[in-house]
Amino acid sequence: MITGAIGSGKTTLLRCIATALRPDHGTIRLDGVDLWPNRRKIRKDIAFLSHATRLYEDLDASANLQTWAQLGGYSVDHPELLARVGLPIDRKEPVKTFSAGMRRRLALARVLLKRPRLLLLDEPFTALDPEGRALVIEIVRDLQASGTALLVATHLPDVAAELCSQRIHMEAGAIIRNEASA
Amino acid sequence: MKFHWEHIVGLLGLAVLVYGQYFGLFVVPPDSHMGDVARILFVHVPAAWNAFFVLTIGGVFALLYLLTGAKRFDHLLEGCLEVGTLLTFMLILQGSIFAKPTWGVWWTWDPRLVSSAVMLAIYVGVLVLRRTLNTDPTVRATLTSVAAVLASVTLPVNYFSVQIWRSMHQIQTAPTDIDSPLKMAWRINAIAFLLIAFWLVARRSRIAKARFEAMEAPPLPPAPTVEAS
Amino acid sequence: MSSFLRQIFAIALKDIRIELRSPIRLFGVFFFALGLVFMVAFAAGSTIRVLQQIAGGTLWLGILLTSSRALDQSFSIELDEGALEELVLWPVEPAAIFYGKAIANTMMLSIVAATLTPLVIAIFDAPALGSIAELAGFMLLGCAALAAPGTLLAALTSKAKGSSVLLPLLFFPLVVPALMAAARGTTVILEGDPMGQLNGWLAVLVAFNAIHWSVSGLLFRYVVEEL
Repeated sequence: MITGAIGSGKTTLLRCIATALRPDHGTIRLDGVDLWPNRRKIRKDIAFLSHATRLYEDLDASANLQTWAQLGGYSVDHPELLARVGLPIDRKEPVKTFSAGMRRRLALARVLLKRPRLLLLDEPFTALDPEGRALVIEIVRDLQASGTALLVATHLPDVAAELCSQRIHMEAGAIIRNEASA
Repeated sequence: MKFHWEHIVGLLGLAVLVYGQYFGLFVVPPDSHMGDVARILFVHVPAAWNAFFVLTIGGVFALLYLLTGAKRFDHLLEGCLEVGTLLTFMLILQGSIFAKPTWGVWWTWDPRLVSSAVMLAIYVGVLVLRRTLNTDPTVRATLTSVAAVLASVTLPVNYFSVQIWRSMHQIQTAPTDIDSPLKMAWRINAIAFLLIAFWLVARRSRIAKARFEAMEAPPLPPAPTVEAS
Repeated sequence: MSSFLRQIFAIALKDIRIELRSPIRLFGVFFFALGLVFMVAFAAGSTIRVLQQIAGGTLWLGILLTSSRALDQSFSIELDEGALEELVLWPVEPAAIFYGKAIANTMMLSIVAATLTPLVIAIFDAPALGSIAELAGFMLLGCAALAAPGTLLAALTSKAKGSSVLLPLLFFPLVVPALMAAARGTTVILEGDPMGQLNGWLAVLVAFNAIHWSVSGLLFRYVVEEL
């Protein structure tokens, strides 16, 4: 997990790892592969659950999942995925009518479509009730069990501690501490 | 002050320009149909040639920037865009001045005049885009290059379409009975314009380079040591 | 189906679905175009011959102004919630994003054009001498010619401040050849073609489409990478 005050560079670091941002200096390696030059190949293996939902607000939940599945070439049972994240299956209203927590759950369902090797979570517990947090932890644990590596940026280290073995603390854009988490 | 080599080219261009004006105004006899009015063509035609040339080269630099990502192509592109747009503006102004005594109007829907005006509008748009993108100089370089490439590939279709558009109403264009001293005046001025354009593009891209470097992210401070557990 | 074609299809389908789910946007731009057509008629006066002559041009002016609004909207759905970044990271081939969106935009403009054309013919009392198939084909080519550079430029200007002003500033002069060809060609089809001008305009439109559908597809990659 990555912790640090607001503006300490957590999100920027995650965005760089996700290859959403070109690093100004330096390189980021995953299994020895330099990410930015190999971004076209590596992006399939990384999922980034960001602060913004990055969903299509005018489409309903299953149309969103259908679109993303089609784009990635995944054939997936949408009702089952929706049930998995605790969303109603037959809700036809567009996503813009959803609460923040429901959007977060839908974005999580999209992560499940991709089954990434590396999962990057940016403040995954905000806007979620305790039940939602438990759900996130359960789903992420399942992914971890199937071999997904995890990096969480959070200001709730106690919740994230259930998922993480290491804690990195950032201040002013730099890592200042790297320790085993409790 | 540091002396840059492009000044030599600029001085040479100015010298040729002075000679070109002397040649055009005093050596070439007045045109048999239009008299002294035709002398504006001695600067009009070279301006047109160089406007097209500089903007075409700009398109090549834009493409090279996209393909290689080398920053110097962005700086050169900025120079070409500004000098090319200026030349196009001059070209239309001269065309308009030529049109008044020749055809009796300041503006006429002559195909060349129209397509030059459209070209000016396109490149003014590109320059405004460049000015509006005040964020990351790399982003600005890429987006300007894309717009410049798009503008270049549109120019031939643009010219072609204006030709067809006017084909129903053919009007008199520039004199066709061109004799050799007239051609000579064109050539001398074309070389002068080319040298001056080269000088200005080189100057402009030097400024662009300095600005780019000023906008770029500063180098990282030394990283603090991480205490691993 | 190759993954590239599948991605194009998915993007186009998604855009069309979004437009159909909130048709108010399409209605909005359509009535904007219709209003413009009426305003031109009012400004030009009620001489039938004048109105007949400017029918084709007015129709395309309406479509052009509509397109600059519609294109702006079509790109804002990608940026509002950051979906574009997710598309890039998913990863979707940038050219597939471009072609998908350009195809959807062409279809949206064609719908507007198909509705607007009979109204303009009626309001301006245009003679409508040519064949419907010819007219339809020409309208489709014209809409495609606006959609391709428009989709790229909407992406290009989305990053700049005041993009709603900047888009027309770049877009309008760039599509002058397409607009000229579409407007003159439509007029020729409506009024009859004794001089055989249609082929020239058709050539311009086809050339414009060929250049912009290929070049813009290649350039889109660079734009998306920087957004």
